[in-house]
Amino acid sequence: MAKSNEPLFWSLFSAGGVVAAFFVPVTLILTGVAVPAGWIKEDDLLLLVRHPLARVYLFVLISLPLFHWAHRFRYVAADLGLKVLGVALPIVCYGAAILGTALAAYVLARL
Amino acid sequence: MSDGTSRLGAAPGGKSKEYLRPVPSTWWLKRKTYFLFMVRELTCVAVGGYAALLLVLAASAHNPDSFHSVFSWLSASRWSVVLHAIALPLVLYHSITWFNLTPKAMVVWRGEERLSPVLIAGSNYVAWVVVSVLIAWIALR
Amino acid sequence: MPEKTMTLEVFRYQPDEEEHPRYQNYEVPYREDWVVLDALNHIKDEIDGTLSYRWSCRMGVCGSCGMMVNGDPKLTCATFLRDYYPSAIRVEPLNYFPVIRDLIINMEDFLHKLDDVQAWLIPKQEKTVEEGEYLQSPAELAHFKQFSMCINCMLCYAACPVYGHSQEFLGPAAIALAQRYNLDSRDGAAESRADVIFQDVGIWECTFVGDCSRVCPKNVDPAGAIQQAKVTHTKQFMKELLAPWGNR
Repeated sequence: MAKSNEPLFWSLFSAGGVVAAFFVPVTLILTGVAVPAGWIKEDDLLLLVRHPLARVYLFVLISLPLFHWAHRFRYVAADLGLKVLGVALPIVCYGAAILGTALAAYVLARL
Repeated sequence: MSDGTSRLGAAPGGKSKEYLRPVPSTWWLKRKTYFLFMVRELTCVAVGGYAALLLVLAASAHNPDSFHSVFSWLSASRWSVVLHAIALPLVLYHSITWFNLTPKAMVVWRGEERLSPVLIAGSNYVAWVVVSVLIAWIALR
Repeated sequence: MPEKTMTLEVFRYQPDEEEHPRYQNYEVPYREDWVVLDALNHIKDEIDGTLSYRWSCRMGVCGSCGMMVNGDPKLTCATFLRDYYPSAIRVEPLNYFPVIRDLIINMEDFLHKLDDVQAWLIPKQEKTVEEGEYLQSPAELAHFKQFSMCINCMLCYAACPVYGHSQEFLGPAAIALAQRYNLDSRDGAAESRADVIFQDVGIWECTFVGDCSRVCPKNVDPAGAIQQAKVTHTKQFMKELLAPWGNR
């Protein structure tokens, strides 16, 4: 009877859940409403994205929600009948989150 | 109870056959609460998809030309409007269910009294409004 | 004056006589103060003595008479006909459990799980009678009291799709009861229970559907118990990960 390693993934899932709950809606309104409405200019947004604090913000808002997605999607996909994929399902999900995190770190660091 | 037989399917005496009811793959359509659970879980697709969009935005900021094409897509593409419009209610549903369920996992005791779940969820909502306004102000000022 | 009646569609399974279950309709008198269990007792006594089901106390304490009523897990002794009249009521055995006969399910699995989590008090130090009682403050009692209200009726299992998909899952009531003893200041066996509840098939199969807590007739909140156990395990896990030399 081995204790589960799930706490590792669950804490990333939870952290991602908190970050997504607090920050995704307002950010989504910025890119989905403020940008098309012209409330924010292209040059200003570029300057903002390149700001060190905004880069930290973006890194957190990319990485942790990806782990949130990976964990939830893994279980919901199994519930919807993808259980047949077996161990490939969590590997693909968490793998995508790790890859996304690495990419985010790379592209934000070089700005 | 511990007669060494398997836990399922062995009736006391072992003579009669037990009936196992199959769980249909549409189980989550059978109860409203199951359906809402499924919607809650599927909000993760909107959350993950939006993270992917932010990754593209961040990557494009490396040079002004690529940033320009992403910015034009955001400001003029019908697809961008549609995807944002689908994602917004889902991410809002994520926030609401997340805040409402937080007190289930977070238990604070004050002597014999448990800190009210409404208070815990309520302070989450207040904080949510504050940070949202703050971020919108920083981005739009 | 003709008596008001209503229809009960009852799940029948008689393995000695037929391979497959069927539904049988019974017309029962409608009384405002009758519960579904009264109607079943009326069928058994007056209409069809072959109907089998479990019941005992008729007052929501024993936890024997749980069944699916129109698809919802209910204690039939606390489910009034008047809330459904004049529509028919469908009565079925508790979801996800194997059916032995008619409305009777096999609960062996659940009983084993109660055993697995050691759902009883294991004192830190055994005391003799001369040494006196195990004292507890009201605040210490408050920490676990809610979870101690469980009557083992298994409605929570019948509401849990995770259990429906995998009988390996320890399930709501067993985990809530493990928490009931883990949180008891007089108990000292949390570590040995942890080996069972902190497995993959313990708390970690739970996807927090939350229906267990919605159907619980005693407001035990097993879903809350499971999430709190996840937090406890995660804290321990992180401590061992970050400070493997420390003991606790």
